[in-house]
Amino acid sequence: MTNSINEIEHSQVILVSGSNTVKTHPQVARRIFDAVDSGASLIVIDPRRSPLARHADVHLSIRSGSDIPLLNGMMRVILDENLADDAFVEMRTENYHALRDMLYRLDMDEIVALTGVSLDKISRAAKLYARAQNSVVCYCLGITQHICGTDNVQAIANLAMLTGNVEKENTGVDPLRGQNNVQGACDMGALPGVFPGYQSVADPEVRHRFERAWQVSLPKTAGLTVTEMTHAASDNPIKGMFVMGENPMLSDPALGLVRESFANLEFLAVADIFLSETAAVADVVFPAATFAEKEGTFTNTERRVQLVRQAIAPVGESRSDLDIITALSEKLGYPMPYASAAEVMEEIALLTPIYAGIFYDRLAPWGLQWPCFDREHGGTPFLHKYNFARGKGRFVPTSHKPPSEPTDAEYPFVLITGRSYHQYHTGTMSRKTPVFNRECPEGLLEIHPLDAKTYNIRAREMVRLSSRRGSIKVKVTLTKTVNPGSLFTTFHFAEAAVNELTVAARDPQAKCPELKVCAAKIEKLET
Amino acid sequence: MRNILTTCVYCGCGCGLYLHEENGRVVGASPSKNHPVSRSNLCVKGWHAHEFIHDSSRLTQPLIRKNGVLTSSGWDEALTYTAKAFRKIIDKTEGTGIGVLASAKCTNEENYLIQKLARAVFKTNNVDHCARL
Ligand code: SF4
Repeated sequence: MTNSINEIEHSQVILVSGSNTVKTHPQVARRIFDAVDSGASLIVIDPRRSPLARHADVHLSIRSGSDIPLLNGMMRVILDENLADDAFVEMRTENYHALRDMLYRLDMDEIVALTGVSLDKISRAAKLYARAQNSVVCYCLGITQHICGTDNVQAIANLAMLTGNVEKENTGVDPLRGQNNVQGACDMGALPGVFPGYQSVADPEVRHRFERAWQVSLPKTAGLTVTEMTHAASDNPIKGMFVMGENPMLSDPALGLVRESFANLEFLAVADIFLSETAAVADVVFPAATFAEKEGTFTNTERRVQLVRQAIAPVGESRSDLDIITALSEKLGYPMPYASAAEVMEEIALLTPIYAGIFYDRLAPWGLQWPCFDREHGGTPFLHKYNFARGKGRFVPTSHKPPSEPTDAEYPFVLITGRSYHQYHTGTMSRKTPVFNRECPEGLLEIHPLDAKTYNIRAREMVRLSSRRGSIKVKVTLTKTVNPGSLFTTFHFAEAAVNELTVAARDPQAKCPELKVCAAKIEKLET
Repeated sequence: MRNILTTCVYCGCGCGLYLHEENGRVVGASPSKNHPVSRSNLCVKGWHAHEFIHDSSRLTQPLIRKNGVLTSSGWDEALTYTAKAFRKIIDKTEGTGIGVLASAKCTNEENYLIQKLARAVFKTNNVDHCARL
């Protein structure tokens, strides 16, 4: 997020796109409802009628994958109505002409056709967003899990810059980061192209700094991404894998390919707290300690680095992942002698400019928001305070890209995947929790009553759900949350592993898989 | 009973919560009053964040696959076995044959160390996690 969670309360207009916030980010949703209670307007872009959408002033129920035409349409309205923030555009941005030329060439009828949203709604949303003093955008995987994910994000940035809704308190563009520490894992360089702090592995100066600190020579070229490693199947260059606390055998799209890739490994080691689907096929499994059994830090979606404190000793013979990694490293002839997690953070601060002021003794009680450049620095509640990271904000016009797998006569439905309130991800933890299993015991396929009628399917009936890649059996629930022609289900459950069906297509830049759109069909089961 | 202030393990909101410890077991969780995100409030996941900790299916010993079955082993045996297997692949492929998946559930320090292990010891930049999923 460029801004902080609490700032949302003070925004006048909140635009939420591709996020089922009430279920996936309850505290953010709480701020949104508080803001709405005190008079803010809410715009929701979501193909589904999510709980948040029901409270929206304007709900733009777009066709899955048509975010760019919608956002472009909104920007066109803003130009036509003279609502752009000219002073901001003039002083703080570049390449505006390219954007403007593209917008003036748009055919609004085509936009209505692509998005399935009326011109009236598009223009109401645009005017609401642009007229307010402080408008904020929150988006989530509904924006990024498309083959055009990077362009979707750029389109949102274009909209925010065009109206000057960045660089200020209570505005901004806030990607909501899903897992508790997905922000931190990225910050720490658990990415193929960057060292901690987003410093490129290809930059010789950066690399030399890490080589000096770590006393080794380091590889020069960027590595492979998750799905490049797990989708290569039989010609996988990867022979051995070390997986820490992840479950690609359930979370990754196109599971058939994932299974083949893992079957072709010479060696697989997994560290996890439970015997996940992935651990079950490993050659070695290390028992890991939970968050209650170790010290460390997590970084939340507003970049707040916070302490995780140990409550009990590791259960059984389990060990923290920190201990597992250092012990393995020592066996491989490279000792990592750290006395504590705090000492690891000191090394991080030394090598990572945005974390340079993060020390354990400074983190009580409520942590620090990076960038935090030195011991005196108080942290950064909102980014771009004085200017964008790379000087002026750059407009990049983006255009519609159809989803990688269009529906057809055989696979007439658009299948969307996501999460529920009572379960988490692949369920490694949440399915071991009694209340969650009571509230959300199984995966359900959401279908519109009209479609159910066409197929003569009743509520709670088991059906076969198939795509070009596979098929699963799943129980149906009838709901107007989804539009006719769309289906929705979660991926928490191994018994109905929807990722058997999803596509392997990725955004070419961010390599983010297109989990939000795939063509599917349903069939009644013979009884 | 002891109350330990810590950070929720589920979502990116990052609520501050107290774990309640009694006789070496975590028996409950409750919100922090003054934490800027939680402000006396947790969602259902936070209130039950402790429940999986003592689940009977927790892994408590290292396992090694022997004759096709995962069999309990000691730490030293599991670590030595793993190190040997990786060493063979590092030597054969100069590191390009190894892939590492870090975790959005683990701490910053653990993610830092695993990318260090990948880059400095395995000699590969094939390190990623499920941010995109
Ligand atoms: S309590 Fe709920 S909202 Fe807060 S961090 Fe945990 S999962 Fe997220």
